[in-house]
Amino acid sequence: MKPHDPDQEIKRHNGGAHRKTVYQLVLASVLMFGFGFALVPLYDVFCEVTGLNGKVTRTGPVTLTVDQARTVRVQMIAVNNETMPWRFHAERNELVVHPGEDQLTAYHVHNPTGRWMLGQAVPSVSPAEAAQYLHKINCFCFEQQPLQAQESRQMPLLFVVDPALPAHIHTITLSYTLFDITPAQRTALNLEQAKRRVVL
Amino acid sequence: MRVIAQLLLLAFACSAGSARADWQLNMPRGVTEISHAVFDLHMLIFWICVAIAVVVFGVMFWSIFHHRKSRGARAHHFHENTLVEVIWTLIPFVILIGMAVPATATLVKMYDASEAEVDIQITGYQWKWRYQYLGEDIDFFSSMSTPREEIENKQRKGRHYLLEVDNPLVIPAGKKVRFLVTAADVIHSWWVPDFAVKKDAIPGFINEAWTNVPEPGVYRGQCAELCGKDHGFMPIVVVVKPQQEYEQWLAQTRAKQLAVKAAASQSMSMEQLMTRGEEVYKTACAACHQVNGMGLANVFPALKDSPIALGDINAHIDIVLNGKSGTAMQAYRDQLSAVDLAAVITWERNAWGNNVGDKVEPATIQKMIDGGAEG
Amino acid sequence: MNTLTRNVECEHTEHGPARGLSRWFFTTNHKDIGTLYLWFSFLMFLTGGCMALMIRAELFQPGLQLIQPDFFNQMTTMHGLIMVFGAVMPAFVGLANWMLPLMVGAPDMALPRMNNWSFWILPFAFAMMISTLFMEGGGPNFGWTFYAPLSTTYAPPSVTFFIFAVHMMGISSIMGAINVIATILNMRAPGMTMMKLPLFVWTWLITAFLLIAVMPVLAGVVTMMLMDIHFGTSFFNAAGGGDPVLFQHIFWFFGHPEVYIMILPAFGIVSEIIPTFARKRLFGYASMVYATASIAFLSFIVWAHHMFTVGLPLMGEIFFMFATMLIAVPTGVKVFNWIATMFRGSMTFETPMLFSLAFVVLFTIGGFSGLMLAIAPADFQYHDTYFVVAHFHYVLVPGAVFAIMAGVYYWLPKWTGNYYNETLGKWHFWCSFIGVNLTFFPMHFIGLAGMPRRIPDYALQFADFNMVASIGAFIFGFSQLIFLVLVIKTIRGGDRAPAQVWDQPQGLEWTVPSPAPYHTFAEPPEVK
Repeated sequence: MKPHDPDQEIKRHNGGAHRKTVYQLVLASVLMFGFGFALVPLYDVFCEVTGLNGKVTRTGPVTLTVDQARTVRVQMIAVNNETMPWRFHAERNELVVHPGEDQLTAYHVHNPTGRWMLGQAVPSVSPAEAAQYLHKINCFCFEQQPLQAQESRQMPLLFVVDPALPAHIHTITLSYTLFDITPAQRTALNLEQAKRRVVL
Repeated sequence: MRVIAQLLLLAFACSAGSARADWQLNMPRGVTEISHAVFDLHMLIFWICVAIAVVVFGVMFWSIFHHRKSRGARAHHFHENTLVEVIWTLIPFVILIGMAVPATATLVKMYDASEAEVDIQITGYQWKWRYQYLGEDIDFFSSMSTPREEIENKQRKGRHYLLEVDNPLVIPAGKKVRFLVTAADVIHSWWVPDFAVKKDAIPGFINEAWTNVPEPGVYRGQCAELCGKDHGFMPIVVVVKPQQEYEQWLAQTRAKQLAVKAAASQSMSMEQLMTRGEEVYKTACAACHQVNGMGLANVFPALKDSPIALGDINAHIDIVLNGKSGTAMQAYRDQLSAVDLAAVITWERNAWGNNVGDKVEPATIQKMIDGGAEG
Repeated sequence: MNTLTRNVECEHTEHGPARGLSRWFFTTNHKDIGTLYLWFSFLMFLTGGCMALMIRAELFQPGLQLIQPDFFNQMTTMHGLIMVFGAVMPAFVGLANWMLPLMVGAPDMALPRMNNWSFWILPFAFAMMISTLFMEGGGPNFGWTFYAPLSTTYAPPSVTFFIFAVHMMGISSIMGAINVIATILNMRAPGMTMMKLPLFVWTWLITAFLLIAVMPVLAGVVTMMLMDIHFGTSFFNAAGGGDPVLFQHIFWFFGHPEVYIMILPAFGIVSEIIPTFARKRLFGYASMVYATASIAFLSFIVWAHHMFTVGLPLMGEIFFMFATMLIAVPTGVKVFNWIATMFRGSMTFETPMLFSLAFVVLFTIGGFSGLMLAIAPADFQYHDTYFVVAHFHYVLVPGAVFAIMAGVYYWLPKWTGNYYNETLGKWHFWCSFIGVNLTFFPMHFIGLAGMPRRIPDYALQFADFNMVASIGAFIFGFSQLIFLVLVIKTIRGGDRAPAQVWDQPQGLEWTVPSPAPYHTFAEPPEVK
């Protein structure tokens, strides 16, 4: 027998106490690993409550009374993310609206390239505080937008500003960033080939 | 010995060789109401810290000096005193409240971006800024204009080394200007110390900041968030002009943008295109593809002898105009004029022994750009 | 001669260590593993230091002279990662391995085999990480904070190896922390109640809990990166409904407790050394324990002060500003307690004490700049400038690193049985002290004047102080070679140290002979 087998030596000093401690600590580590992932949905809730990052999560139809006495300026911005080559701009740069009134406007897109592409618009509102008062009833950002080569489209946006908007906010900026989410080159080629075959 | 002498000489030569700018020890007081408030806050806290340091280190050094064994000090035996502990917990607490009150007041002021008279959208790109004036139809890119020769120590460094741009942002004096800050690729941060404005530019989201500069002048800043290779080379220059000059500038810039477009309809000779192309290449492309067209191994592809530059001209135009998804190659459609695009593509096809011999007319490019806009 | 006698002694008294390399590969002895950790961390300290010197050499004067911007970014990233995960943290684990069992009267760490594993993972993790520098596209170049999307969509291909390396370091740290907690909770000698534990043990216990709480979160965040890069998820990509700012929240939820992980054990070491050389009991033992615990608690609710400029809502800014300022209270209590310990003591100034005194002064300076950074409106000017670089280097270099060195000097005679050469120690201290201040103090100025961090080239008004900082960095860097020589000399010989080593120090570690036998406290000591 080895006189200094470490396990033997340790056991001499304290029965099975370690096992319990170790199990608890391993469990704690695993839980904290899970907690890291739980932060993702928690963060979304947090954003929704505080309007952080101007994320607009309120969607779907709403009925609100129109506040004729008050007007709010809504600026529309279009941003192209890095390599997104589409032409992308708002139909009108600015709208003056009454809170509670349904507003229909649109963004134009055009795919100037020679290939089929897929886009995704991501909305953001500034000031962030206003984000929770801007309801989008119907928005092109709800869905991915496919465009054929050289295709153009008018993408509608139906929104309403909540009359509960704090009085000190007079201007709301609504920005859309257009991302290129076309699947990686090889897949895109396959898709195109597949389409061509269908057409032929 | 000789090595040391040479080093000293080198240090001296370098310091003499570059233009010296005055260094400063403290934060700039800045030029806006907010930057003054921030500066005052900074100084207030600084002096509070100095005062605490004098007391704390004073006691410490007094003990070190007087209560040393070599001076015959005998150790006392106290090691606990609840009253003292309570006191030195509470006093810092009170001091902190004294700091928190003015800090909160300043913060609230900084967050009020309402009632702005000018709205400017700022977009960070690797590694330049884009300024779009909302409702004014003005849109331009702003890149560092310090020549590479200065950076590579082949030329004497100018006074505003690394802090100079080709197209500065121009804003009116005495007006509240709102900045809508976003980014097109990675996170950047738009910072002008004199305005005490620093806001992260985050791809997909917009952030708000504002300033109101009473005095006309030129103010310089830099990108403050690591954004890749040339993070250190994307300065910000803001020119503040009196209202009238600002309006003139708006009109001129609009006219210039139209003129640039008009220039695209004129045909250019091969020499003209090549001369212009080399200039454009150096400012827009050389950061990645390198001046010699060799690129950087495994990071940025070489253009010399590349299949794109030697191959089908339409594919070449497409990649320059529309960029390449999933790579650092940006879409230059909005960043460069039709003339510049035509010139740089021509240059790439005929430089470094890439003697393809063909050229692109600005009108061809303009048609491709416009074709997009009309749909 | 000396080695010979010692070997004979070993044979004589106790069952000694195995011979040759296998001793080090298969050892489960806490002293051997402690030694391995310490040597490894010193090696990493030199590696990370060389990278720092490359950075400082490039910044010696304006213009690009030695390295290109992309490589510069790889150097800043690797320097940060290696110093944090390779130098400071393993050094503390090494000290914990050596000292915790001796201080609580245990024969070894609670889980000796796992202990071997947690060390031997590290060399592989760091070999993998450093190898990325030689890969296609270069190593990580996105800063040690690796903000998305620079570290995901725009990262070099080697990022995958970086992620696995971080996973391995995380596993090693978690195993180390479990070991520390089990040892402290279950293996104390009879009579060693919690409120009798030496402060080094207390601070390590709290640190270990912090590690258990946040290292898995780091593992989580790098896993999300991995999934974004390779499996098409969109945790941090706005295009798919994710958010790059989310990355920063999760990262700093780990990152802020992490910086306390790197400083709490340092508090513990200094709290051991100052009473010894002031010949007076530590003032306010209980309040030190409570202050440490409050700092640990507060570290979980202040993370967003690293993100004041990302556009947090006003209420968020105010909350995180106040919470951050609160940390000054328990930190202040600790500093006051150390000074009250010195007050009316009978002080001598051996090298460990010099490093501890420098720690108190310079760490406090780092604390002051930390307080300034906590003020959100002022932070808009400080954020991401050299002021921040000055701040965290003040708390980490003359803070954490000086405390580690103080600890090594303090316990070296216990480990080797020999006193170190005091003259050489003082040389090391003064060179380091001057070097550190020359390097990092001017950074306050250039930061305030407006120099952003992580840039390979700078405007001309920053030139003078950058030159000073670079000279200081080389002085500091090369003075560490004095330390290396000193440690090797001490291992090979020197004045023989008695069991007590210093003038009546407190603690069980001084009841065992010097050098500490391979096996100690096989029979638990009785604590009064």
